Amino acid sequence: MAKPSKVLIIGSGPIVIGQAAEFDYAGTQACKAMREEGVVSVLVNSNPATIMTDRGIADVVYIEPLTVEVLERIIARERPDGLLPTLGGQTGLNLAVDLADAGVLERYGVRLLGTPLDTIRKAEDRLLFKQLLQDIGEPVPTSATVNTLEEARRVAQEIGLPLVVRPAYTLGGTGGGIAATHEELERIVSGGLGASPIRQVLLERSLVGWKEVEYEVMRDGADNCITVCNMENFDPMGVHTGDSIVVAPSQTLTDKEYQTLRTASLKIIRALGIEGGCNIQFAMAPRPLRGERYSPDGHATPYSVIEVNPRVSRSSALASKATGYPIARVAAKIAVGRRLDEIRNQVTGESTAAFEPALDYCVVKIPRWPFDKFASGDRAIGTQMKATGEVMAIGRTFEAALQKAVRSLEIGKRSLLWEDPAWDLKDGLPSPEVLARLPLQPTDERLWALMAALRRDAPAEELALRTGIDLWFLHKLRRLVAMERRLLSEPLVPALLREAKRLGFPDELIAQLGDSSRTEGLAERVRQLRREWGILPVYKMVDTCAAEFTAETPYYYSAYEQENEAPPLQGSRAVVIGSGPIRIGQGIEFDYCSVHAAWALEAAGAQSIMVNSNPETVSTDFDTSHRLYFEPLDEEGLRDILENEDQGLLEGSDGRTTAGLGGDLPASIVQFGGQTAINLAEPLARSGLSILGSSAETIDLAEDRRRFEELMNRLGIPQPPGSAVTSVEGALQVAQAIGYPVLVRPSYVLGGRAMEIVHNPRDLIEYMTHAVELGSGRPVLIDKYLEGKEVEVDAICDGEQVLIPGVMEHIERAGVHSGDSMAVYPGLDLTSREVDTLVDYTQRIGLGLQVRGLMNVQYVIMPGRGQNGGDGAAVVEPSVYVLEVNPRASRTVPFLSKVTDVPMVRLATNVMLGVSLAEQGYRGGLWKRQRLVAIKAPVFSKSKLLGVDTYLGPEMKSTGEVMGIDATFEAALTKALMAAGLMPHPQGTALLSIADRDKSEALPIIREFYQQGYRLYATEGTAALIRALDMPVTQVMKIGEGHPNVVDVIIDRTVDLVVNTISGQRNPLRDGFEIRRAAAELRVPCFTSLDTARAAVRSLARGEKGYTVSPLHEYLATRSP
Amino acid sequence: MTQKDYLVLSDGAIFQGESFGAPARASGEVVFNTSMTGYQEVLTDPSYGGQIVVMTYPMVGNYGVNPDDFESRGVQVRGFVVREACEDYSHWQATGSLGDFLAQRGIPGIQGIDTRALTRRLRTQGVMMGAITSDETPQQALERLRSQPLYGEAEYVQTVTTTGPYGWERGRAVMRARTEGRKHVVVLDYGLKLNILRILAAKGCAVTAVPAGAGAQQVLSLRPDGVVLSPGPGDPALLGYAVAAVQGLLEATAPSGRPLPILGICLGHQLLARALGADTFKLKFGHRGANHPVQDLETGRVHITSQNHGYAVDGSRLSREARVTHLSLNDGTVEGIRHTRLPALSIQYHSEASPGPRDNVYIFDRFLELVRKVGV
Repeated sequence: MAKPSKVLIIGSGPIVIGQAAEFDYAGTQACKAMREEGVVSVLVNSNPATIMTDRGIADVVYIEPLTVEVLERIIARERPDGLLPTLGGQTGLNLAVDLADAGVLERYGVRLLGTPLDTIRKAEDRLLFKQLLQDIGEPVPTSATVNTLEEARRVAQEIGLPLVVRPAYTLGGTGGGIAATHEELERIVSGGLGASPIRQVLLERSLVGWKEVEYEVMRDGADNCITVCNMENFDPMGVHTGDSIVVAPSQTLTDKEYQTLRTASLKIIRALGIEGGCNIQFAMAPRPLRGERYSPDGHATPYSVIEVNPRVSRSSALASKATGYPIARVAAKIAVGRRLDEIRNQVTGESTAAFEPALDYCVVKIPRWPFDKFASGDRAIGTQMKATGEVMAIGRTFEAALQKAVRSLEIGKRSLLWEDPAWDLKDGLPSPEVLARLPLQPTDERLWALMAALRRDAPAEELALRTGIDLWFLHKLRRLVAMERRLLSEPLVPALLREAKRLGFPDELIAQLGDSSRTEGLAERVRQLRREWGILPVYKMVDTCAAEFTAETPYYYSAYEQENEAPPLQGSRAVVIGSGPIRIGQGIEFDYCSVHAAWALEAAGAQSIMVNSNPETVSTDFDTSHRLYFEPLDEEGLRDILENEDQGLLEGSDGRTTAGLGGDLPASIVQFGGQTAINLAEPLARSGLSILGSSAETIDLAEDRRRFEELMNRLGIPQPPGSAVTSVEGALQVAQAIGYPVLVRPSYVLGGRAMEIVHNPRDLIEYMTHAVELGSGRPVLIDKYLEGKEVEVDAICDGEQVLIPGVMEHIERAGVHSGDSMAVYPGLDLTSREVDTLVDYTQRIGLGLQVRGLMNVQYVIMPGRGQNGGDGAAVVEPSVYVLEVNPRASRTVPFLSKVTDVPMVRLATNVMLGVSLAEQGYRGGLWKRQRLVAIKAPVFSKSKLLGVDTYLGPEMKSTGEVMGIDATFEAALTKALMAAGLMPHPQGTALLSIADRDKSEALPIIREFYQQGYRLYATEGTAALIRALDMPVTQVMKIGEGHPNVVDVIIDRTVDLVVNTISGQRNPLRDGFEIRRAAAELRVPCFTSLDTARAAVRSLARGEKGYTVSPLHEYLATRSP
Repeated sequence: MTQKDYLVLSDGAIFQGESFGAPARASGEVVFNTSMTGYQEVLTDPSYGGQIVVMTYPMVGNYGVNPDDFESRGVQVRGFVVREACEDYSHWQATGSLGDFLAQRGIPGIQGIDTRALTRRLRTQGVMMGAITSDETPQQALERLRSQPLYGEAEYVQTVTTTGPYGWERGRAVMRARTEGRKHVVVLDYGLKLNILRILAAKGCAVTAVPAGAGAQQVLSLRPDGVVLSPGPGDPALLGYAVAAVQGLLEATAPSGRPLPILGICLGHQLLARALGADTFKLKFGHRGANHPVQDLETGRVHITSQNHGYAVDGSRLSREARVTHLSLNDGTVEGIRHTRLPALSIQYHSEASPGPRDNVYIFDRFLELVRKVGV
């Protein structure tokens, strides 16, 4: 087939559970590949926090909602001759199917590249898929597809329980589960039918307990096939692969088994006719089954094909990073007609992409779950994915890789020694009792529970029996326990220390085990001993070929071995510390910043050294930086790397360096890697290592409540009254003095974790007693809660000037976490006086804090006293209070960079290198206001996290974001709501349940819905209010009062929009919670803030059609005069 | 405590590790294999005769050893070098650990070695002789090593070939294969892997293996419909007698009176090429692994192959009657040839897999197609 000349690439949209940063990596590689192939690329994505939507990656970039209508408009305008949907996750594939069904592809003559339409349907439609596999003689589990609950009951009779329930066409297995009882079957099937856009679920014989193994397969148009690698799940079948600990390559398969599955993989990709990459999941029995012969070649171990993703997936991203084989790049090239043997292997530079990587290390992935933020969430993991991100670690043994991965998780300082006090494992507890108390069923804590069990001499065989986890893995854990014991009982001599390091024990843990008093600072002593005894890590290269050929990949991992392959880089260089796993509060935005920092260093003539532990990212592509260390982002990991880069070790180093980058050890950039990197500033500084940009002192000044307050007083900038307290009594006193409601939060946390608005002393006592780390002696911050307009400002400061690219106003008032608020650029409702004050304060703060590089400031603006009812002169200063200052890149940096066209990260990086803003051609003050409106809207993964309340509050809950950009506020808002899946249907039905204190404010919003043709349903109090205003309303019963109640009308889809505000009680009422959960699970837009509801109804009034669809650069081209 | 031992290379490099397997000395050519699975098949592959094998994959022995994964009767390597030998194996088929397996067969292993550093050395310096120490100092081992013949100077085929002919039926060796109503394939055993016999038998052939020293007449006396020249260890240039036998077979006919189909695999390929006038030469560090891409020049297709060879065919002096059919995508060396007139073909890689990908079993079909044609 002829090579296309212009290709439309669909991005995956906002980060949600099941679809994370891996598709930014994939899309970015695809765009680069198109450029190499001379194909014009047109990219569309609604997510601004991506590298792929940057200028210079694709030829034309659209940041627009991912809907059929928008895509048709783009196709009509750009007239691409190819569509590449396989790099944008399930979103991309689903849109391709929708575009085909709507006749758009045919109408505009667009050819679908990579995966045939028929294959997309076959892979997603369980029945077709099963048929296809049976036709080629591949084993599949007994199953049936059903469309109703009644059919499901019948199937359960035939196949028997337990059954796996999988809804068709959903992300990350949404709405699925394993039903062991008839009650569970009813519940899960109902949910699954609801979740499936075609109301179809597959019921299938449960293979729980079988090994789960995946293969990454590539095929080109000439029918050449290879497998890139295979991966084995530590957690057996029954846990979604995205929620499993995964190891690459497989560890417990014989060559016969490995090859049986590999052969099956090639057969399947051929039968599907995929040109590109695909992921195939298998279940393999741990032993032959009694009386059953599944396998085609007789004596071999039975297996079954579970699932095929006919596209680049999360697993492909992992496999790419695990092997060094760039799956997305190769898949994109194949899609435009290249053969595998025509694509150069970038790693060796000589061979081609037609080979299979050989690994000489072990890779371990551990998912990062959000349960640390959602204490109330259901921690059980199963077939529905709950992790927001993942970490990967590389080691020469499983043990070393596993411990590195645990270090990378950043869950407190949790090592494998951690045991939950709630397990209550008293000494001398009999073994059966220990096992009974431990969570051995799949949860995020199972790994630690297994360690605890082994520590108490539970037999590995018993644990294998109970969990289905292969004995091999449990034996490895047992080896770690054996080493723990040696470290506890034996003197620390060089041989023991070396052996412990080879098993991956961090210094911190060795110190803890070696000293029962658990004194702080002992890790430093272990480090000294290591230096004295010459027990230092070396760095090995990831080269795709197990050292068989010369490779030039600058991609390294640490190991305690003999030979070091990473001599210090010569010349000027700096370390960019990445942001680790994607989690709520620390998303892909920081990877965007890290990548730009590396590019900025390169542009400034310096070499970039990237350190990160997240396989889903662009930053961990080995061609993003000059050198990549795939390592945990902790003190030990960073210091080892910095010492390995010691130019003092180099003979004949010429010592020429860019300004600011002198010294034997490289300096580190901590501003771009979110809280992960910023937290490393202090330990690095303490060890005498240099930090580029704002100093550790500046960081501490911004974070230390008392010092910050002093500074603000000195600068004359008001803050909400408040104080830091360490006791319940202190808290009550402060709250009394400043008046309720108050905002309470622990100091030094991320993403507003454990932050709450408290309205009365009783709730304050409860919060102080239960919620927070009082035990650790760290203070809790109490501030007056000011319910005003919230504004956010990002700025770049060089010590002389402060450049403010733009001001963002939040749609939701203060009290909703900034990450969960819709933010509008430019601040349309701000008076020029308010803007002047914001700019003035920001400049004073930047200079006062001595920021070098980026900072983010959050303000609240209260209605000015004297403006209300004043005489109009209003000379009074607007009441602008500073809430928070972060001397680092914030999550709005990519958004603001894109809509203002100010290269914020580049400017900040240059500032850190000593180049002033003036020297870069920029002036201080507010950057010119663009003639466009851009709205950032948060996106939640509510439906995935059972038991989590979804109301907006001071604690961040969103996982991703989208952007709506247009010439007017209304159009931008419409697009932001569309992209976030929150755009109300015209003339729909709304369920209203409004807290008493919000009722008067809600009235105009309710009236507006009514005027837009909405039918109104309401709970008792709200219904009374509506009736009093002479509008028709249907009153709905409370839960427990009969049917239909508030939840029924959501489940049966009577209502297609919910407005529900919470009462302000610490424990929100049960009905409200049930309403919000039901809405979340059925994906009914649910507004818990009147501000968002007001915006939505305003958008509704405007109508859906009145927006533009244009490439990003065209919006930006409309410059102010 | 495990005993400290050393791997000493002839260039003087010393790697310290711990012994496992048998507490014995070993010496041989040190070569590396990049397969991630299939260590039991590697250990029992006769082509490793005279060699100490280094696995580049760091964790070896995970699934133990089992009765089904033998490629010959015993362990063929002289010594085994790994980063870590797994004691706590886990697999339903397993009957013992890797360490015990080697110990029972008197083969020393050494673990704890930085096998990547070792591999990089072999890659840059080329494969060389080496020794595993047991009760001697590294220096003593080095001296011992220097007194021994180089790998290329010795013939290993005679040490691994069968002593007498045998048949292969239903997964095991028998005195004589039943040939009635079936195509009879005779395999010249230069160090064959059992999977060759298993595949041929599974495809419906009567299979007989004969000793490497069998001359053309001896082979023909079995009235074969086709002959397979098996893989095996060592330098093909030392095997003049085998080349002569192949030349005899090229001139021979099958019972039907038509030319006799011949398939050469690995060493068998080198012997066929030499019989057709080509030279062979020693590769710097060989091809050993399960991920080698080979292009079939007749179809343009690329196949991932299992390989184990230290010598290769120099195609430049190949007879005009033969042509190169397969090339390595890694280094461009010859991976297959075919006679243009006679039904003889050969491949440098292991179409029998085991360990490695099964993508190339089609080569046997190609050969059996020739066998069927001559039979008519």
